[in-house]
Amino acid sequence: MTEIAAVPMEAGRTKYRALARRKLLILAAMTAALCLSFAVDLAWGPARYALSDVAAALFDPASVSPQIRAVVWDIRMPVAIMAIVVGAALSVAGAQMQTILANPLASPFTLGISAAASFGAALAIVTSVPLLPVAAGMLVPANAFIMALVATLFIHFVSQARGVSVQTVVLLGIALVFTFNALLAFLQYLASEQALSAVVFWTMGSLTKATWPKIWMTLAVLLIALPLFARNAWALTAIRLGEDKAASFGVNVRRIRLETMLVISLLAAIPVSFVGTIGFVGLVGPHIARMILGEDQRFFLPGSILSGALLLSLTSIVSKSIIPGVVFPIGIITALVGVPFFFSLILSNRSRSW
Amino acid sequence: MVALQLRSVGAYHGRRLFVEGVTTPTMRSGEVVAVIGPNAAGKSTLFKRITGILKGPGEVVVDGARTKNTITYMPQDTAANAVLTVYESILLARKQGQSWGVSESDLRFIDGIMNALNITPIAFRDLGALSGGQRQLVSIAQALVREPEIMLMDEPTSALDLHRQVEVLAFMRQQARSKGMIVLIAIHDLNQALRFADTVLVIADGRMRACGDPRDVVTVEMLRDVYKVEARIERCSLDHAHVIVDGPTS
Repeated sequence: MTEIAAVPMEAGRTKYRALARRKLLILAAMTAALCLSFAVDLAWGPARYALSDVAAALFDPASVSPQIRAVVWDIRMPVAIMAIVVGAALSVAGAQMQTILANPLASPFTLGISAAASFGAALAIVTSVPLLPVAAGMLVPANAFIMALVATLFIHFVSQARGVSVQTVVLLGIALVFTFNALLAFLQYLASEQALSAVVFWTMGSLTKATWPKIWMTLAVLLIALPLFARNAWALTAIRLGEDKAASFGVNVRRIRLETMLVISLLAAIPVSFVGTIGFVGLVGPHIARMILGEDQRFFLPGSILSGALLLSLTSIVSKSIIPGVVFPIGIITALVGVPFFFSLILSNRSRSW
Repeated sequence: MVALQLRSVGAYHGRRLFVEGVTTPTMRSGEVVAVIGPNAAGKSTLFKRITGILKGPGEVVVDGARTKNTITYMPQDTAANAVLTVYESILLARKQGQSWGVSESDLRFIDGIMNALNITPIAFRDLGALSGGQRQLVSIAQALVREPEIMLMDEPTSALDLHRQVEVLAFMRQQARSKGMIVLIAIHDLNQALRFADTVLVIADGRMRACGDPRDVVTVEMLRDVYKVEARIERCSLDHAHVIVDGPTS
């Protein structure tokens, strides 16, 4: 072995710089794809507009007809933005769950948070029992949020107990899924026909519930979470090398896990309570980002945001394109759009998956 | 010049005091200390206590430290399935607690360490594709890029072939001397310990049994008492003490 000082080597840092540049280009391409998808989402619907009309409605509203302006801004814009914001939030929540629990199956859906939210929503729809003192219009999302938060905090506190492995936490999450699904089935069994159809529709997940206050709230949670994750980027990446290794780098693993889990609880609970169960994004969004960009959080974090946002934005387009005039619940379409894409990525890039 | 001394140091593993009463002479810059003892004797626990990962009674006294990364601990080899290249995993060891930006000097330093450990050819391989020996070399690089003044290495050569073992131990001794580091190495191979260490610390059942010059510490009596083996200690052709194990004590 040689002396460290006597090193003329250049290949390593040159190649590293090239790979980092490549990852930035991929992120730029994903951003461009998301912008395009957003524009198409605004253009497509029962009435289809040219992208030029959409651009005009966005940047020079006075130049388009009031009808186009109203459709783009008042009807399609909240849905299109909600798709992006919810996709980003669920994907980031899934990414950080997978990171701190060291488990590729971790996501708001697989850990029972979505199931808990569904139960909360069903409780509101079937029994009208409020878990929070809110206006009648907010009863369903409020109940869904409380139950989602309860599930996340339960997982969080169990994971903090000494001697509990991350595998145990994931198993507990799966147990929560079954528990809340059973409770949901119980409520459905008792529900009136009208309430039952409302519960079923809610659990399918739908962006048509999007409103500006819901968008702002989801965005606010995202804007609180992202700086924290960004600040802990090196530490979160180190946690993926194992608890001992991260601790050996000086990372306070327990503190980072606690902070991250608390933020995830909001990040997962808020969007699910607004749009219902959208299972696939939080699981697959991070895997797509991981396969394309690796797990250096400086790239993985924005990659997860963009992959989740893009996935849900594309799904939003597909959900209203299958049968003209009909908008399918996005929870159904997400899996149908995402699965083939995900399979193709796994099969073409096996060595870079978990 | 950094110095390290343990004063009545103990460590809790859960609620149990797993290591207790470890008091050492002062270890000084350039010194290589082999920490030996049977399996589950408390070597890793002691290292984690010194690093601050585990809590416990007693005092870890560090004098003359110049940097914030004074003590770095290299844990035992564990497979990682993170989707990271070797280069990225070493970079993140260096950048902990720092900004996102990566400077040219960071990368030059990493290149230097990788080159010194002969792992440049695997720099852009995924961590999951490495052999156990390669993982250990990467772990050593991850510890070294933190520029520690005291380095605790938990069985750093257990997965390496004989050639690499000798190379790595000689390299670490040379690093200790040239950088003024104190290097503590938990190791099972007593002959390597006798050859490369300046001091040997024996730990068994969570207690320190001896600490001092290898020739004084590694004795037939100690081997019988701690390892439960009958052994001879002979001089090899290079005049190093050499342990020859005849068998377990009857």
